[in-house]
Amino acid sequence: MAWIAERGVYLGLLAIVAFNLVFTPHFATLDNARLQFVQVVPVAIVALGMALVIGTKGIDLSVGSVMAIASALVPLFLGYGVGVAIVVAIVGGALVGVVNGSLIAFARIQPIVATLGLLVGARGLALVLAQGRLTEVFDPTLTWIGSGNVAGIPIVTIIALAVALVVGVVVRQTTFGRYVVAIGGNPDASVLAGVPVPRTLLSVYVLSAVLAALAGVVQTARLAASDPSFVGNLIELSAITAVVVGGTPLSGGRVRIMGTLAGAMLFQLIGATLISHDLRDSATRMVAAVIILAAVYVQRVRGAA
Amino acid sequence: MTIGLRGKGMAGPTPPGGAASNVARRANRRASLARAVQRGGALLVLAVVTIMGAAVFGSRFASVDNLLNILEASSFLGLVAVGMTFVIIGGGIDLSVGSLLALSAVLAAYGSQFGTFGAIALPLAVCGLIGLTNGLLTARAGMAPFIVTLATLLFARGLAFAVSDEGNTIFHIDEHLDVIKLGQGALLGIRIPVIVAGLAFLVGWVVLTRTRYGVTVSAIGGSEDAARLMGAPVARVKTLMYLASALLAGVAGLLVAARSSSGQSTIGVGLELQAIAAVVIGGTLLTGGSGSITGTLAGVLLLNVIDNLINQVGTLSAYIQQVVSGVFLLVVVVVQTYLSRQQRL
Repeated sequence: MAWIAERGVYLGLLAIVAFNLVFTPHFATLDNARLQFVQVVPVAIVALGMALVIGTKGIDLSVGSVMAIASALVPLFLGYGVGVAIVVAIVGGALVGVVNGSLIAFARIQPIVATLGLLVGARGLALVLAQGRLTEVFDPTLTWIGSGNVAGIPIVTIIALAVALVVGVVVRQTTFGRYVVAIGGNPDASVLAGVPVPRTLLSVYVLSAVLAALAGVVQTARLAASDPSFVGNLIELSAITAVVVGGTPLSGGRVRIMGTLAGAMLFQLIGATLISHDLRDSATRMVAAVIILAAVYVQRVRGAA
Repeated sequence: MTIGLRGKGMAGPTPPGGAASNVARRANRRASLARAVQRGGALLVLAVVTIMGAAVFGSRFASVDNLLNILEASSFLGLVAVGMTFVIIGGGIDLSVGSLLALSAVLAAYGSQFGTFGAIALPLAVCGLIGLTNGLLTARAGMAPFIVTLATLLFARGLAFAVSDEGNTIFHIDEHLDVIKLGQGALLGIRIPVIVAGLAFLVGWVVLTRTRYGVTVSAIGGSEDAARLMGAPVARVKTLMYLASALLAGVAGLLVAARSSSGQSTIGVGLELQAIAAVVIGGTLLTGGSGSITGTLAGVLLLNVIDNLINQVGTLSAYIQQVVSGVFLLVVVVVQTYLSRQQRL
């Protein structure tokens, strides 16, 4: 059981690819591969930030609303140039992270409640910013980011891989990464060991929000539209699932980057499989719910062992 | 009392001892003040807001009709919040209630083609099953309640959409069926949903404060390990807690369907947040172990009175309301956390 929990996500990925190779026509084409690797990007980026948060034994439910805020800010500042718009969108997201992090690190509110408040409030704020409307975004640079390729690889995929590389290095090679894992493993002990707990927690939630905002920008670029009432809806659930399925326990103390990416891809392919075999959206949700429960259940077995 | 005894034992209070007892007395007074604010704060704010509303809007707000409307609007959230109070006092959380309410409404309308019995039995049976799943997975399998109920949130909404052809079909309830009376009937001028919710609060209050079950729920929320070591049937009590929460959400959905003679799959989104907010505003600690049903009642009424007042103003957008409720929730939680820390000092 422990071995399955550790490697299960890769086995699952292999199984779903094998299934599709046999049963889904036009699965093994370059276009389809490109599509899957593009569609997975927002969840993958958000999940990488979520992995850090979960590593500290926390949770960030506000990521979808942060995406909405970033998405709403892009068209508002596009007039000042695309660079300014992207920077403002990411800074705006980071501010939500500062609020999250301060509530959790300094006021010591439980992460689930603090980020729940922001989930509601930030989505409302995004809708206020966009006046509740969908705005089409016309900008050559954004379009290029959203649907361009470099050496045949979609740019958004390159962005996601770069983020994964950076987060991976941060977790493995830096003191900050050690602090994150230490806090999740044993908060009291890390205080005694001199880990700057509040500062680290604040940084983790800011980082998670920055990545969510980046995902919001990517999504806006890809859709060539900003739709704050829909962008990032329920993405917190997909991201948490990707992280947990990827082998990062909800009890903290450990962060798995490759597993998280594989978890995100697994979910992407499950969704794509269900759609290409004409299952409806409602059925997809129910299947996803069952998979989440199964994944967390298997995790629990390892936690107990 | 304790301080006095200690003073005698030390053969005359020394100046530093006197200072210490003063500090202790002041800390004590601060702790009991904090406790009083935490317990009765919601009721106080409710009274203030209601009086202010009456002063500003006059009979537009303070008419019998409008107040009865507020009560009726509160009854659906109230039912859900009673269940949520138990779950939160027991140290858990139930995010699935909003979806369950929608699922129940859809199933009630769907089941009404088999008569009143189908309209009542089908939604309650399905909600009960999902609640049982929530309970067993958290209590027996030891999974984190928020992830379990987040998954059932997804599942229940999916099921509601599956039954209603992806939300394209809205089932209607025949106006002649008895089940309609549950939503639209009245007894002595008070609508049935209000009576049902009132009963739920009464039963909830009795169970929480007067029964062994209620004490056990608080004990589990305080320290699950300690409760287990004391021999409390932890798993059974927790399972029942989630089952009751799901059934109450089911009843609320049934009443909504009967009220509107139809079942829509899109209702109840974010209801779990409102319920959690009402419970927390009512002085129940999110860390579990202590809380009150009467506080929750005040919290539910407060949220609905504020909603009603915002509607009276009429110029605030729904989005601003969303921002306000998010900020309101956070402020309350910060104050609550501060107050409970004062008590521990």
